[in-house]
Amino acid sequence: MKCNKMVSDSPKNRQNVKASILQGLAAAWPICLGYIPIGLAFGVLAQKAGLNPVEIMLMSILVFAGSAQFIAVSMLSAGAGAAAIIVTTFAVNLRHFLMSSSLAVFLGDTTRKKLSLFAYGVTDESFAVNHARFSRKTWGPDPALVVNHTANVAWVASTLIGGYSGKFFPEGAFGIDYALTAMFICLLIFQLKGRIYVITAIISGLAAAVLSLSIPGSSYIVLASIFAATTALGIRKWIQ
Amino acid sequence: MTIHTGYLWIVLGMGLVTYLPRWFPLFFLARRNLPQWLIDWLDLIPAAILSALLVPELVTVGTPRHLVLWRPELWVALPTFIFALKTKSLGGTVVVGMVLFWAVQRVV
Repeated sequence: MKCNKMVSDSPKNRQNVKASILQGLAAAWPICLGYIPIGLAFGVLAQKAGLNPVEIMLMSILVFAGSAQFIAVSMLSAGAGAAAIIVTTFAVNLRHFLMSSSLAVFLGDTTRKKLSLFAYGVTDESFAVNHARFSRKTWGPDPALVVNHTANVAWVASTLIGGYSGKFFPEGAFGIDYALTAMFICLLIFQLKGRIYVITAIISGLAAAVLSLSIPGSSYIVLASIFAATTALGIRKWIQ
Repeated sequence: MTIHTGYLWIVLGMGLVTYLPRWFPLFFLARRNLPQWLIDWLDLIPAAILSALLVPELVTVGTPRHLVLWRPELWVALPTFIFALKTKSLGGTVVVGMVLFWAVQRVV
């Protein structure tokens, strides 16, 4: 414990901490920009469904998952029971299992305590931003942790502001509703590192579009992803 | 401001079932040597998930979803895609996408 304290107070270590924070913030700002309109919209909707700002904040802190929170609020206002809401949340958020598995490949040297802290902030957006940097080998667990928790702060704050005052931002201002879509477009391009990735993306996009039209809910994301990755790997094996 | 007890239990349950799938693979897979086919498969998952998240957002609307190809979300995606491909800048792409979407909505 004493030794640990000495290490964390050394100037070198403080410099590393500062560098990780700056790197993390530089990577996280597009996510924060994307979360603001969605967080505000969620806050407004939750308030209309009868939740007070403390209750809204509590859900954003404990759950931290955009689409599941929207669905839960609409189920609450429709009078759904606790079990139905929790089971639905589980189904909607199961895709994070795939994301965490994919990130785990890069986090072999990280302590389990830090992994547990990191896991809390795995979202569609933080996953994609961190994964792109990890695979370019320019990333470590510390800046990745900063990305997750900065995004979390932006999410909690914007849902809280939305819950207090719905008319804080004019609707659709500055095209901000498109921020996350544009971010996904760029993050997808980061992932297209070769022909097999392009094939995977095409199969997955087509499968997701078709499945989303035919099955209710958001399970099409996981189903299409597993199908596409497996098929693409099969195609590569077959060609070789 | 008080928190309704029933609500507290719902939110705690939601938090638990959301955290566990995020935590389990990191806690149990990270410090283990995975077989090569699994590493290869997991390497394809980000491209698959991002495409599965993106494409339905561009070409479908409503609940239940139906196909609509002629919408601003899709038109704006094409120049945004080209910009991202050329610049590889995440922040720049977000800003360009927002500006284009805003402009298209004002014109249409």
